[in-house]
Amino acid sequence: MKLATTLMASTALTVAAGAAAAESHGDMADSMTLVSWGGAYQNSQQKAYVEPYLEMNPDVSATWDESSNEAVAKLRAMDEAGNITWDVVDVVASDAIRLCDEGLAMEIDHDELLKPAPDGTEASDDFGDLIVSDCFIPQIVYSTTFGYRTDMVPEGTEAPDDICDVWDTETYPGKRSLEKRPINNMEWALLCDGVEKENVYDVLATEEGQDRALAKLDEIKDDVIWWSAGADTPQLLADGEIFMGSTYNGRLFSVIEEQDQPVGMMWDAQVFDLDGWIIPEGLPDDRLARAKDFVRFATDTQRLADQAAYISYGPARESSAPLVGKHAELGIDMAPHMPTAPDNAGNVFVYNYEFWADYRDDIDAKFQAWLAQ
Amino acid sequence: MTIAIIEPKPTPFVAGVTAIAGAFAGLLVGTAQGSSLIGLVAGAVIAAAMAYVFLDYFRQERTARWATVIVFTIAAFLLGGPAGAIVGVLFGLFFGWFIFWLGEGRHRAKLPPYTTGLQVFYHYGFRVICGLVFFFLITPIIVVMPLSFNAENFFTFTPEMLALDPEGYSLKHYRDFFTNDDWQQALWNSVSIAPLATLLAVSFGTLAAIGLSSEHVPFRRPIMAILISPMIVPLIISAAGMYFFYSRLGLQGTYWGVVLAHAALGIPFVIITVTATLVGFDRSLTRAAANLGANPVTTFRRVQMPLILPGVISGGLFAFITSFDEVVVVLFVGSAGQKTLPWQMFTGLREQISPTILAVATILVTISILLLTTVELLRRRSERLRGMTPG
Repeated sequence: MKLATTLMASTALTVAAGAAAAESHGDMADSMTLVSWGGAYQNSQQKAYVEPYLEMNPDVSATWDESSNEAVAKLRAMDEAGNITWDVVDVVASDAIRLCDEGLAMEIDHDELLKPAPDGTEASDDFGDLIVSDCFIPQIVYSTTFGYRTDMVPEGTEAPDDICDVWDTETYPGKRSLEKRPINNMEWALLCDGVEKENVYDVLATEEGQDRALAKLDEIKDDVIWWSAGADTPQLLADGEIFMGSTYNGRLFSVIEEQDQPVGMMWDAQVFDLDGWIIPEGLPDDRLARAKDFVRFATDTQRLADQAAYISYGPARESSAPLVGKHAELGIDMAPHMPTAPDNAGNVFVYNYEFWADYRDDIDAKFQAWLAQ
Repeated sequence: MTIAIIEPKPTPFVAGVTAIAGAFAGLLVGTAQGSSLIGLVAGAVIAAAMAYVFLDYFRQERTARWATVIVFTIAAFLLGGPAGAIVGVLFGLFFGWFIFWLGEGRHRAKLPPYTTGLQVFYHYGFRVICGLVFFFLITPIIVVMPLSFNAENFFTFTPEMLALDPEGYSLKHYRDFFTNDDWQQALWNSVSIAPLATLLAVSFGTLAAIGLSSEHVPFRRPIMAILISPMIVPLIISAAGMYFFYSRLGLQGTYWGVVLAHAALGIPFVIITVTATLVGFDRSLTRAAANLGANPVTTFRRVQMPLILPGVISGGLFAFITSFDEVVVVLFVGSAGQKTLPWQMFTGLREQISPTILAVATILVTISILLLTTVELLRRRSERLRGMTPG
């Protein structure tokens, strides 16, 4: 009896409190769930825009969910169950395109939702080509590139600076780590098999081209450790298990500058990709209003430039680039560590969304079959 | 009186057996040094050679054993530094003892004199296999512990650690665990979910077990099977089912949703342990209590409960550990606000390999060992109270 009374009383209190809170904030929810990747990247978001946002809105609370890796599957399940618990979700561009096509992400008007640049340029011009989908709000440009152990470079040879050095196991002995998926690996293989950069996707679209790429990968298959999480290659490099391995450039920056490991970057043929926010379709009005308010703040010119003080990913706005300053703790200039810096971007690939959207399933199947051989 | 046949064994036999042990030790050392095959062969050859020398030319046990330890330690120190030297001491002690134990035929001392060679082989082969099983079960857990004191932010035994240099060790990952908000929130979530889930599981599980063990309940077996099913059905299936069911009820992503889901997972453990204790429960005691005027509730409280308490507690501990270690169901049923320790470890391991996870793992292993020790002590106590010898 007593328990029941207590329960009822507390429920009544919660309802009353909820009602009061809703009133005081007009029509915006006062808590939000943000989804991201965890690790140093999520930390940079926390420092650069979540903390300032919460400071400006002291009644709002934010909860992180490190589920970006399975965001597509989870959003499908939430949609099926009719219970969307996420408010703003950080995904890579290809996932944003899929979610948009399936109607799980909300289409937005970039110029209306996002702030213009300080000089008045509309958001859609400031982000430019990086808006690859109507649902996608770009945040950063990152790249997948190789890092190598500087102390394992054989004496008397130059450090590797060409993507084909990955295949040159005679000059650079040791294991390599590559991502356990065809994307990027197939392009690099063709490039080192003598295909011109501008023809890579034409060749890869054919059966022979795919076989050719796999045959090239076959040359080093015995020397490859396959990774699936971004943290794997840094761990393998720190262990000295591998000589060189591909991973995200921000991870390598952290290994080199923050963890002080003997590792060097090989920027050659780095592959650019995008990461950004989406807002799930079907949010209640108050939560949607909060999500929009947060995204508008988090993607303005200054916030995106601030993020670069914590991680070496390039801000997606053109107007942010001149504002990139020093690392928040180490005090080193961040601009030379950006994948987009002129010294690093001599030879660059841009992830081809259309190609991989069309061919991914076929090439994936082939690649997995080849792996299992 | 037993007659022990302790007679020296032929040297080739001893050398052969020692070579097998040597090959295994060599395989471990060789793998650490980068070449398993060379290690395997070298280990076998060295061990066999030692057996010949000690048994045929230098049969002075005490001196030989000391010499082995010293030589092994020095060699291992040269190969692997101070940490290697520890392994060297252990291997030296083992091989010095092993050669003479076998060579003098002391291994037969405790066996009946009529055992054949094959039976002796089975006797020790069985023990060796058991030892290997333990070795492979426990080593991964042990390896994690020193790594959690790593001064670097990677899962790596650094040269400083192998040199046993205090500089290579640090408590910073433990400090990170106790000061980082994410981990503290996760710890707090685990600590607030597990006890309540345990309480629910113990109450419902005990009642179910008592009901199911009285004879007049119809359909006892099917009911039992359904209640036990969370233990048998693959967790991922229960989790997906709960996700959609709880979403409709509005329980998905709430504290109570996770508590209920974990209680459902814990109930089978309680039912099984309590049913097991009820088997030894003398029903005439309840009739005697009734005869003396106690009502059923008093009988349960004063007579039945104290006797089945050890079963209830050990079931409760299993339910607690289940909730505390569970990651699949909470990933589905919980939302970011109910992130428990295993969930935090799971995402941490995928996104950022940080030794903080190892520090947490070490703490959790210690807690689990303490809990299981408690269970075992309780079990022994209950058997002593019931007049059985502790087994």
